[in-house]
Amino acid sequence: MNPFSSGTRLRDMIRAIRACKTAAEERAVVRKECAAIRSAVSENDNEYRHRNLAKLMFIHMLGYPTHFGQMECLKLIASAGFPEKRIGYLGLMLLLDERQEVLMLVTNSLKQDLNHTNQYIVGLALCALGNICSAEMARDLAPEVERLLQFRDPNIRKKAALCSIRIIKKVPDLAENFINPAAGLLKEKHHGVLITGLQLCIDLCTTSAEALEYFRKKCTEAVVKSLKDVANSPYAPEYDISGITDPFLHIRLLRFLRILGHGDADASDCMNDILAQVATKTESNKNAGNAILYECVETIMSIEDNSGLRVLAINILGRFLSNRDNNIRYVALNMLMRAITVDTQAVQRHRATILECVKDSDASIRKRALELVYLLVNESNVKSLTKELIEYLEVSDQDFKGDLTAKTCSIVEKFSTDKIWYIDQMLKVLSEAGSFVKDEVWHALIVVISNASNLHGYTVRSLYKAVQTSGDQESLVRVAVWCIGEYGEMLVNNAGMLGIEEPITVTESDAVDVIEIAIKRHISDLTTQAMCLIALLKLSCRFPVCSERIKDIIVQYKGSLVLELQQRSIEFNSVIQKHQNIRSLLVEKMPVLDEATYSGRRAGSLPATVSTSNGAAINLPNGVAKPSAAPLVDLLDLSSDDAPVPSSSGGDFLQDLLGVDLAPASSQLGTSQTQKSGTDVLLDLLSIGTPPAQSSPSTSDILSSSLDNKISVNTLQRLSSPSALSGQASLPAVGSPVMDLLDGFAPNPAMHEDNGPAYPSIVAFETNSLKIIFNFSKAPGNPQTTIIQATFTNKSPNVYTDFIFQAAVPKFLQLHLDPASGNTLAASGDGSITQDLRVTNSQHGKKSLVMRTRISYKVNNKEVLEEGQINNFPRGL
Amino acid sequence: MIRFILLQNRQGKTRLAKYYIPLEESEKHKVEYEVHRLVVNRDPKFTNFVEFRTHKVIYRRYAGLFFSLCVDITDNELAYLECIHLFVEILDHFFSNVCELDLVFNFHKVYLILDEFILAGELQETSKRAIIERMGELEKQE
Repeated sequence: MNPFSSGTRLRDMIRAIRACKTAAEERAVVRKECAAIRSAVSENDNEYRHRNLAKLMFIHMLGYPTHFGQMECLKLIASAGFPEKRIGYLGLMLLLDERQEVLMLVTNSLKQDLNHTNQYIVGLALCALGNICSAEMARDLAPEVERLLQFRDPNIRKKAALCSIRIIKKVPDLAENFINPAAGLLKEKHHGVLITGLQLCIDLCTTSAEALEYFRKKCTEAVVKSLKDVANSPYAPEYDISGITDPFLHIRLLRFLRILGHGDADASDCMNDILAQVATKTESNKNAGNAILYECVETIMSIEDNSGLRVLAINILGRFLSNRDNNIRYVALNMLMRAITVDTQAVQRHRATILECVKDSDASIRKRALELVYLLVNESNVKSLTKELIEYLEVSDQDFKGDLTAKTCSIVEKFSTDKIWYIDQMLKVLSEAGSFVKDEVWHALIVVISNASNLHGYTVRSLYKAVQTSGDQESLVRVAVWCIGEYGEMLVNNAGMLGIEEPITVTESDAVDVIEIAIKRHISDLTTQAMCLIALLKLSCRFPVCSERIKDIIVQYKGSLVLELQQRSIEFNSVIQKHQNIRSLLVEKMPVLDEATYSGRRAGSLPATVSTSNGAAINLPNGVAKPSAAPLVDLLDLSSDDAPVPSSSGGDFLQDLLGVDLAPASSQLGTSQTQKSGTDVLLDLLSIGTPPAQSSPSTSDILSSSLDNKISVNTLQRLSSPSALSGQASLPAVGSPVMDLLDGFAPNPAMHEDNGPAYPSIVAFETNSLKIIFNFSKAPGNPQTTIIQATFTNKSPNVYTDFIFQAAVPKFLQLHLDPASGNTLAASGDGSITQDLRVTNSQHGKKSLVMRTRISYKVNNKEVLEEGQINNFPRGL
Repeated sequence: MIRFILLQNRQGKTRLAKYYIPLEESEKHKVEYEVHRLVVNRDPKFTNFVEFRTHKVIYRRYAGLFFSLCVDITDNELAYLECIHLFVEILDHFFSNVCELDLVFNFHKVYLILDEFILAGELQETSKRAIIERMGELEKQE
């Protein structure tokens, strides 16, 4: 006889399959068996149908397709005998599920079997119904199941109870039919029926408020009594598990009590005694006992307040936490997370132990503990906890680092009290696990750095040091590149040194090295490389000595296959080579990034108005809070040169990074720029002040047009602003609107009257060709602010055109440049240009003013650049 | 509620798979593969609980066999651990000293026992004796 004909027994087929040495052999055996079964199916063979289906189920378990057997299940179910039905129902549950249309065909057979005289067949039908019934079947067969809840055999009653759960989950409307019969099951002594009845009641309570009310009124006492009985029952061998009678029943009872007691003081009161008994008397040296204690603790935490019980519960959790069994520690951590809302102090006491669990070798425990730590952090313990977490970050598993980093960053962000601490911690995280840090986290860090003006130097130096050791962490490199681009000079001249810092010596070329390494790293992605290019452009201006080298690096990307890089490279190269005169304007420091705008963008919504962050309000010379209702005023308000980043609607971070809006120009350009949503950065860069439509302005007219435009825009602003600003009478330079109109063009001595003590004028700068004189006056009511009127005189016989004066100050100062009275300086001292500067000294009385200047102009169309430093300011400014 | 029960050997061969929620065949294979990967290399000292997607898997190893239950996140882990052990005791009793081969050759009986123990993802009977007796009665029906 052929061993693979349909005549083989199931056992033989399994043996044949197990004897296969290769997957190919196995497939061959299965193919033959399937072929035999198919032919038996088509011949409608009755004798071996259930054997064939059993084989098919085994084949199914091995992962082969067996859909052709589905109809066979239905035929078997419809046959008369128990063995056929048994395999038929088993096949139904394994090969089909509730979503198959075929299932509808079985409803009728099920109905018949639920009414069968053989209770074992009724059991089979209930089991199949409970495991796979669909909503339609639930509706059709609910009356049968409901009737079976009162069947004489407990085996059927318990199956019917669990079946009812499936039915009410599929069709919640049917719940009310089951409330009464379910309550009846609670009186049962048979554990199987009681436990399934309890489960049915629990599920009824979650689907129907009516059921909950009913059970609370009618059954609370009965359930309490059942728990008392089972807890006090003598040794029962049938249900005994390590010395405890039926822990599963204990747990179901406790769970049902939790639902009844939650939010109901009377019911809670009723169960206090038995809960106390279970919590104190249950043996805790075996898993079964601990399972009961665990459930009991959860019930105590959920029912209405009883402080005595809660102490008991917290103590149990404390014992769990110090248990040597990892499972017990795991559930303790799990439960402490829920206990934290009830009693934070009690959970805080276990902080040290919980922190140890974060370092456990078992990922499940680590994950729980980390989530718990996250909930435990508050203002008072954040520093020590963060320290521990970051220390652990160094040694943790790779697959845990992602979670740990995210949580640590979130803690640091949420609880940072001072910026230096925040920056320090973030740098540590970035150095340890920079590749796991999400983009929005390091974006936020840059915003914070940008706002912490006194920490720019410190940050850029720390980053420089960090990059030397952890140069492989992508996001660390990005932040470092951004900061070096912005604050590179502070790296070199050690400006803004903090007491805690060790001085380091970094040359311009060292700083450029960092960027060069970053851009050339093979793992750097486009964002990093683009950021590097921008940083290089910025540095080319800040480090004139490295300008050539930087140009060479940028030029290398002319041939980049990435279009973005190629374009930037060509654009920046042309900026460096051909647009010396505007380059320094282009690469001015970014204005302070507005935190509110930024976090608004982070949340996915753009703020409707430019918000007034604290930073901006403090910087107002007169200290008057700005009327936040008038965003336009903010934009036009010349008194704060760190106006928030215009809310250009693009989410393009790169655009922000570029710092398109140059400080001196930004406020004047405010109106036109903010409304622009274009993302072509370079277009913006090259067309300062020209409308965006003018896409390719010729080089020669850039400056003139820009300056003209600036003045005209400025004039317009002045005209428009007085009405909005009239409330701020003390605002400097806004004396009277008419005067303002003239202000830009001619010095107006009247303006400086009565402005406090007079200071002697100084010669700020003098060469053979140029002289600059500074006149000082104080803003009324604000001793920190000095108004400087600079007067430029041409000592050479040639006319200077395209005259631009620029100044930079250290971080403790804030500088605002008004537009100059003109850009052409007549020869031989025949005329002069004046320009107003407003300097706010945040260290007034401690430090005196200091300023660097750069003057560029054209003589006979040849560019001249002069630089100098002014140290001879009168004291006390 | 129990979402599914898996019985797998160390090589990842599934010896029993019972799903109480509807899943596509391909999804079932994926789940079986993932659960095996999760549990097979865990240190015996570790917890018997692993988080799996939005649920958790309670598993226990007996010789070369892993019994895994996927349950809701709010369920009592310790109770399900005890539940696995009870199931193993029942199998052990029924097959008198159960081994993997018993489960392979009598897979349909294992399903039958399971259906007497758990139904619709909930525990049905907590008495080992009751289940063994019931199995005896059912075998008489054959």
